[in-house]
Amino acid sequence: MNLHTWRHRDHPAYWASIVHRVTGILLALFLPLHFLALGTALSGDASLDGFLAWTDRPWVKASEVALVALLAAHLTGGLRLLFIEFVGWRRESQGMLLAAAGGAAACCALAFALNLF
Amino acid sequence: MSARSETMLWIAQRATAALLALCVLVHLITMTVAVQGGLTAAELLGRTRGNLAWAAFYGLFVLAVAIHAPIGLRTVAGEWLQWRGRAADVCCVAIGVLLLALGARAVAAVTL
Repeated sequence: MNLHTWRHRDHPAYWASIVHRVTGILLALFLPLHFLALGTALSGDASLDGFLAWTDRPWVKASEVALVALLAAHLTGGLRLLFIEFVGWRRESQGMLLAAAGGAAACCALAFALNLF
Repeated sequence: MSARSETMLWIAQRATAALLALCVLVHLITMTVAVQGGLTAAELLGRTRGNLAWAAFYGLFVLAVAIHAPIGLRTVAGEWLQWRGRAADVCCVAIGVLLLALGARAVAAVTL
């Protein structure tokens, strides 16, 4: 991490970029497991049902909500970047954009959690 | 890597980001609706098996992820670990190939 980065640590956009990177890394780590889990259907419906029954544990469900939150945060953070780069939404709108991104991600996770539990 | 290649990666990252935004939105809505009342293999596969539209959607989703994720990881590796150069590039290509292979297998499992 260089001096240039340290100097901007008090800016909300700096933390948004950290969140975007961390959520991206975690999602990249999760994806192979997600694909392997779906691949159990190759061994028949019973095999997939066995896996789905395993996911019925409370801690797995809580992890699923966390994963949805990660995905939604990465989506809204990415949309924010696309709007800044291609639509020309300027730096003055950062606060509003960050609040909207965080709020939308929280709504997604909450809606998923309410349907899951 | 040449400036031209870096530009191509930047364009690929943004183009797949735009596509993924749509795919993730559909995926989030589908998941949120599907988990209501619990998931079963019959319900999940009943929706996707033999459905060309879902096969095309998830196929495109996997392809976009397999391009988007390694480019993003390459950027983070360069910024946070100062890991750049041929070895980092080869590693990211390998991650992309792995995601594409596992993703294609998963799409085949739920749609064929």
